Amino acid sequence: MNAPEPSVDHLGTVELRIPAKPEWVAVARLAVAAIANRLPFSVEEIEDLKLAIAEACTICIQQGAGIQMIDIVCDAASSQLRVDVREDRYRKLPDGSPKRPSMMAVEGEGLGIFLIQALMDNLEYNVDTNYGAQLVMTKRVGA
Amino acid sequence: MDIKVHVRESDDDAYVVELGGEIDVYTSPKVKDAITELIDQGHYNLVINLEKVRYIDSTGLGVLIGGLKRVREHGGTVNLVCTNPQIKKIFDITGLVKIFGIFDDEAGAKKALA
Repeated sequence: MNAPEPSVDHLGTVELRIPAKPEWVAVARLAVAAIANRLPFSVEEIEDLKLAIAEACTICIQQGAGIQMIDIVCDAASSQLRVDVREDRYRKLPDGSPKRPSMMAVEGEGLGIFLIQALMDNLEYNVDTNYGAQLVMTKRVGA
Repeated sequence: MDIKVHVRESDDDAYVVELGGEIDVYTSPKVKDAITELIDQGHYNLVINLEKVRYIDSTGLGVLIGGLKRVREHGGTVNLVCTNPQIKKIFDITGLVKIFGIFDDEAGAKKALA
């Protein structure tokens, strides 16, 4: 896993690796909530984070047939939490390559991606059948 | 992590599915099974009580939407009981407040089925 570059007010980076199975998504959700609790997020903001992380893990599970693990990297700063969720097989798509999201990912992705975009302040994602899924999201305190 | 599903017949010919706990990618199949079984038995007017639900994600929403689509094919409907502000917020964000009847109590949800 590549740890994100620390920002000026960087508090710490936490890496979590869970099996890519539905029963483990709750662990990711609760772990990220515990990390978010270290920052001055409101209860509502923490609930938003929990749902967004769970949606990202669900997309990885539904997209990645046969993937073993999901890597979650939380980069905590005093004013924001950045979370990188990716399949363990994820490789960056070469520039200009057409994406090939699986049908399951396309169907399930719609609502999940929509929710993450609505609940987080920033989202960048790549979902591709051959290259895997990566979702990087940021939630700012009090935004 | 747990989900509790309790199905009961109401005295006014509707069925109530009472849910409690967390509805996510792991637990939503159990909710889907309960709703599917009711519809397969010919019950098309359902109240789904979410008062004891602490958390719901897109897979849970997908199950509710799937149930609504199926009962509507038979002229029925699904009304929800929901008082948790965080869960109401999810219905607001997704626009599902426009397709589900959402009520503060079970009596109101059942009355609206009639």
